[in-house]
Amino acid sequence: MKQVPQKDAPLKLNDAGTWIREGVSYEANEPDAFALEEALRQKEKHTGEVVVITAGPARAMQVLREALAKGADRAIHLEDDAFVGLDAYNTARAIAAAIKDEKFDLVFTGLQSDDYGYAQTGVILAEILGWPHATIIMQIEKRTEQDGGGIRVKRELEAGFFQFVDMPLPAVLTIQSGINKLRYATLIGIKQAKNKPLRKVTLAEVQSAMGANLQKIERLYLPQKTKNTEYLEGPPAEVAKKLVEKLKNEMRVI
Amino acid sequence: MADTILVVVEQRESKLNRISWETITAGQAIAAQTGWTLEAAVVGSGVGPIASEVAEKKVAKVYDVESARLEPYTPDAFVHALREFLAKHPAKLVLMPHTYQVRDFVPKLATALETTAISDVIGARYEGGKLLFTRQMFQGKFVADVSFAGSGSCFVTFQNGSFRADKVEAGAAAAPVETVNVDIPDGVVRNHPQEVFKEAKQAVDLTQAEIIVSVGRGIKEQKNIELAKQLADALGGELAASRPICDNGWLPMDRQVGSSGQTVAPKLYLALGISGAIQHMVGMKGSKSIVAINKDSEAPIFEIADYAVVGNLFDVVPPLIEELKKAKG
Repeated sequence: MKQVPQKDAPLKLNDAGTWIREGVSYEANEPDAFALEEALRQKEKHTGEVVVITAGPARAMQVLREALAKGADRAIHLEDDAFVGLDAYNTARAIAAAIKDEKFDLVFTGLQSDDYGYAQTGVILAEILGWPHATIIMQIEKRTEQDGGGIRVKRELEAGFFQFVDMPLPAVLTIQSGINKLRYATLIGIKQAKNKPLRKVTLAEVQSAMGANLQKIERLYLPQKTKNTEYLEGPPAEVAKKLVEKLKNEMRVI
Repeated sequence: MADTILVVVEQRESKLNRISWETITAGQAIAAQTGWTLEAAVVGSGVGPIASEVAEKKVAKVYDVESARLEPYTPDAFVHALREFLAKHPAKLVLMPHTYQVRDFVPKLATALETTAISDVIGARYEGGKLLFTRQMFQGKFVADVSFAGSGSCFVTFQNGSFRADKVEAGAAAAPVETVNVDIPDGVVRNHPQEVFKEAKQAVDLTQAEIIVSVGRGIKEQKNIELAKQLADALGGELAASRPICDNGWLPMDRQVGSSGQTVAPKLYLALGISGAIQHMVGMKGSKSIVAINKDSEAPIFEIADYAVVGNLFDVVPPLIEELKKAKG
């Protein structure tokens, strides 16, 4: 899971114009929240253990705390400010190094992050682990041994199309938003979360697995407007009048 | 490495995905700026006719990369085939459209080659001997110029609509087509895809609608959908929504506009409480007129709006419905 700025948080550029200023409100990346929920549901169906992992500064601990309160069994925190600036390849390499002694059957990620929007970390992680993957998943069923075992997943394709894919385990799946309904943490869950195991991993522990970023953000800036937007201002009744006039005389749709 | 730009054309079930023309336009633009050679490749089984179709465009050469194991699509087979191909025909830049299929295999391919993919790019320019790729960040609130800092092939995927398919240049004569047979051994392909299908009956065809009123998270509650419905009725248009609204079940999936829903280009697209996530905007930015009503003045939807109302939709929409009724008599 990844911690990202809240959807409506006002963002400001840093002085170098290469990233945003810290100190805004953060939340769990939305597709990642659906990935966690799906993991919890799979555990409820098939038993097992849900482990949640994040790479980020100390503040990202909040994402893990919430996940533990919702029902995850333990957490891994790759904690360092440097994890914010990694490209997807390095993030995946750091995560792979941190879980090398684990024996997972399934790794879920959200299909993309709301900050960088690479939509790559999960797939890269699969390649590093040598596992098969499937992306933009809307449903996961365990297959019986008679049917060949493994899982059957439902992939979302474009324009309303879908496809079922059978695949062996272990596997990496990137989860689409809306695959399930998110739960809230209960009071008892929040209490229990405090006693659940948390493993911290430092940058030094995984650095040998990482390399230089292969993508460099030269400059971050506000989008240049390509359209000449006309702002309609005033009290609502007046705005409504102006807009109807535009709809009639300029857009000519009424 | 040769100064080659390779465009990997997308096909599904032996039909060219037309978004590939946009990628070729992008390749032609970059080739014109850098002086590099532009080539194209089609990957699949029995896709020679597509290779010939692409060869009519202004490209130096087209490769038809063939294996029976490339149909149906799987990430394992595509990565295996393109790895083998690129080992023999290295390219400095490998360009593809940012489709769901490409998203499924490109990160794996780039990782296998120990390089990177700059994804969902909306523009490219060559400046001081360096290629800069523009991509949106923070859901479109910012854009970034990104450069490639590696030494291998640089993969780039282009967002739908960033270059114009109708601007693709035809060649003076058909480019040569070379068939490259790749060997994909047993055991490489681990996933077994089933037939592609469409879920529900498409009850409404939004692509035919001239007027669309679309609702986003700003509508807040299911019961407020009725207000948007009244506005759509007053305008004589169809009601549509961004993904979260359909995920919540507030409107059926066939009313979803965006990359996972329908792509529309009506005369009027009126966005109510839609912030303008990238996945939504790719589905409606071709609309003739866009009106956006949103209380967040920094919402990315305003970047592409013709008319903007910064305000609470619950204050603006009721008088708007009244005015429309009056205007229509």
